Amino acid sequence: MFADWPLLSLVIWTPIVGGVLVLLAGDRAPDGARRLALVVSLLTFLLSVPLWTEFDASTWRMQFEEFVPWVTTYNINYHLGVDGLSMPLILLTTFVTVLVVIAGWEVIQYRVAQYMAAFLIMEGIMVGVFAALDAMLFYIFFEAMLIPMYLVIGVWGGPRRVYASIKFFLYTFLGSVFMLVSLIWMYGQSGSFEILDLHKLPLGMTAQVLIFLSFLAAFAVKVPMWPVHTWLPDAHVEAPTGGSVILAAIMLKIGGYGFLRFSLPVTPDASAELTWLIVLMSLVAVVYIGFVALVQSDMKKLIAYSSIAHMGFVTLAFFIPFYILRNTGDTAGSTLAVQGGMVQMISHGFVSAALFLCVGVLYDRLHSREISTYGGVVNVMPVFAAFFVLFAMANTGLPGTSGFVGEFMVILASIKANFWIAFLAATTLIIGAAYTLWLVKRVVFGEVRSEKVAALDDLNGREFLILGLLALMVLAIGLWPAPLIHVMEVSIDHLIEHAMVSKL
Amino acid sequence: MSFSLSSLIPLLPEILLAAMACLVLVVDAFLSDERRAWSWFLSQASLVVALIVLWRVAGEGSLLAFDGQFVLDRLAGLLKAGVLVLALVAFSYSRPWLQERGVFRGEYFVLGLFAVLGMMILISAGSLLVLYLGLELMSLSLYAMVAFMRNDGRASEAAMKYFVLGAIASGMLLYGMSILYGVTGSLDLMEINRILLRAGQVDTAVLFAMAFIIAAIAFKLGAVPFHMWIPDVYQGSPTAVTLFIGSAPKLAAFAMVVRLLVEGLDTAQHQWRDMLMVLVVLSLLVGNLAAIAQTNIKRMLGYSTVSHIGFLLLGFVAGTGAGLAASLFYTLIYAIMALAAFGLIMALSRKGFESEELADFRGLNDRSPWLAGLMLLVMFSMAGVPLTAGFYAKLVVIEAIVEVDLVWLAVFAVVMSVIGAFYYLRVVKLMYFDKPIDEPVPARPVDVEVLLGGNALLVLLLGLMPGLLMTLCRQAVL
Repeated sequence: MFADWPLLSLVIWTPIVGGVLVLLAGDRAPDGARRLALVVSLLTFLLSVPLWTEFDASTWRMQFEEFVPWVTTYNINYHLGVDGLSMPLILLTTFVTVLVVIAGWEVIQYRVAQYMAAFLIMEGIMVGVFAALDAMLFYIFFEAMLIPMYLVIGVWGGPRRVYASIKFFLYTFLGSVFMLVSLIWMYGQSGSFEILDLHKLPLGMTAQVLIFLSFLAAFAVKVPMWPVHTWLPDAHVEAPTGGSVILAAIMLKIGGYGFLRFSLPVTPDASAELTWLIVLMSLVAVVYIGFVALVQSDMKKLIAYSSIAHMGFVTLAFFIPFYILRNTGDTAGSTLAVQGGMVQMISHGFVSAALFLCVGVLYDRLHSREISTYGGVVNVMPVFAAFFVLFAMANTGLPGTSGFVGEFMVILASIKANFWIAFLAATTLIIGAAYTLWLVKRVVFGEVRSEKVAALDDLNGREFLILGLLALMVLAIGLWPAPLIHVMEVSIDHLIEHAMVSKL
Repeated sequence: MSFSLSSLIPLLPEILLAAMACLVLVVDAFLSDERRAWSWFLSQASLVVALIVLWRVAGEGSLLAFDGQFVLDRLAGLLKAGVLVLALVAFSYSRPWLQERGVFRGEYFVLGLFAVLGMMILISAGSLLVLYLGLELMSLSLYAMVAFMRNDGRASEAAMKYFVLGAIASGMLLYGMSILYGVTGSLDLMEINRILLRAGQVDTAVLFAMAFIIAAIAFKLGAVPFHMWIPDVYQGSPTAVTLFIGSAPKLAAFAMVVRLLVEGLDTAQHQWRDMLMVLVVLSLLVGNLAAIAQTNIKRMLGYSTVSHIGFLLLGFVAGTGAGLAASLFYTLIYAIMALAAFGLIMALSRKGFESEELADFRGLNDRSPWLAGLMLLVMFSMAGVPLTAGFYAKLVVIEAIVEVDLVWLAVFAVVMSVIGAFYYLRVVKLMYFDKPIDEPVPARPVDVEVLLGGNALLVLLLGLMPGLLMTLCRQAVL
């Protein structure tokens, strides 16, 4: 029944229009704004479900395509479509946004309507990033996303929010303008902004390297990769819980998605040539940032660094295929690596969202993110402690949770490329376990630290609902990842095939 | 040579405007202060009528009058329509502002009408003489407008600076023109172009003339190193005048570049592109960096104008038809944004509180979410963030220079736009993140409310649907 529906447009524009309505409803009736926002986000999620159920996993071709000429002078088109790479990320976006709306229900008291509207509009824009098949449309969504996030951090953030929000904006803006120049240059060569046309555009090595580097500037900042990661801890710490959740669960994924959609297929030779650079940056993120996470005293900062380390794993997975192919000529291994990276992205979307929500639960009660404030939380909040331990385990990659699947696949594939790369990547299991479990030990277990902690209330129904839903997802992917891998498989195969053919 | 009245048809809008400006001047002299609104009304009516007449007169091709000294082509039609509409909106924004300060006098509107007339003549100039005539009519009216609040020391100082520097620039322009006349023996721009083309190579004397002409152009536009008047005039003028100077005259200046360089000195294209490139690099650098240090929003927008001029000239540096269309598009978008920005500043101020300092914008979101939202749109548009018109403006000029393989310049420009984003973000930060100051937002008359909302939302609309305006710009220059 959904065959004729412009589903992608609906999923993009329902939250944007809904957000504007919430904005117009204004702050005078905060309850109305909350309810309207919930309805809109639920509706958007429901609209996105058919993308999964009606998805044809047997083809790599774009599905649910929509094509409307937009700016004809420059051949820019409103061209949407999804394949196995983008579809799961869209569902992740719509799912997490519902949780964020619920999570902000009582916590946000200042300018409720604007808060909800910002998240709804951001949702539509982020779905647009994943669904865009026109490079300029992609870029427009990619940049436009900064506006609501800038406001979310700046208006509802912590004490150093001004610094964090401006740093966030300028950092990501600077990264992406280089991509803009590249896209325009390629438009000059091909006369088209269609991403699929750019995939086929023949390019010389020098051009490829420059284009690759410009993409790297845009996506590495977004992921973020070491050494351009410094905006992330600041942004995370100062952002309100909802903002942190969206940042970690979705915005970081846009960087990873960009590598798959642009870097690998548009500049395959440069990607192969510069794999060493990406692998190096990724391993530094995994090992060094892991150690940095270990010494944090602020819970949010710790999770932020842990995100960088996990995303380092993802970028490693996306580029290691070039080594695997060079060393063994094994395409199956390459596919395994990229699949692992994708699963890791989805899994990290749930796990990091859950961890930030857990910190939010504590923060709402004691208004402190310092680890030393807490201790012995399990004695007064047993249900919360159970969830927190589960998500912490998922973060360390315990088998049975979603975190295990992706990491295992990537390490397995990396061994085929080079033992030492796999070895260093695998240290994440140790370092990750160290910082996460130590966090749990200090916050959850031990003696009740103070009277304030002793007076804590356990989860209320709203918090139980969101954490419960996330726990379900984490376990589902951990125990039975096959359906998720199934929808991505063919698209990833095709991507690898394409990226292995030289454009020279 | 025969003369018939019908040959004057292309000039009808100008003739009408000139007559109406004189009429307003006379009528205003006989009006009592309570009835002063009639001057305003008559001025607005003359702009509307001129617009309608222009609509009827302008055709598909180009119309010539006075043996080609006056040109009404598509470019002129589009730019004149733009000037008239911008002036119309600017007059509407100004009315409550002037009334409240007790300076609601006919001079503002009469001078404004004469300035508009000057711009229209400049836009249609087919010869050096007509161009100079239009330029001076515009400039002299603007000098007087800056000074029209006689008791304001700062305004008088700004007017003095504007006048002295403007007069020097006019002198340079005349000097360049006279050399050009000496070389070619003609004042007609088309004829000059033909003669230079026949000569084949570019004469040193022509280059000499061109250097002076470009200096004058840079002054009128406000490109570095001829930008010094911009911050002072923007800050010192009454906001109602800054609003006027900041919008419509940019269109006229654009036409001046087209007429002199593109149409008159096409043979020396290679050379003037290089000269303009220097102006572009300096303007982007100085404009953006200096704007960061400002505490007065009018002055900040003055420096931001300098950087926008840098972007605008990029299209000329490209030298292609697409580049020219891109520059035109940028100019129009910029004028719309500037109009909205200064309109919003005026809407926030009242007698005794001019809302000119950046700090005056603190917590605007708490005082008036609607105006804060509009200002947010305009600021992000000026920064060139997508979903707003400013993004497409930057996109098209950058596309134009990438097309001619000036990738380094494109990279420089986008990096500068990131630096520029900082001070626009700061305005947003003040409005949204800071605690509000204790200053109520004054009520606005209905027409201002509607126009202001429409003006700022137009920035969003053109960011979503830029196609039509782009096509118009393409048609106008090709």
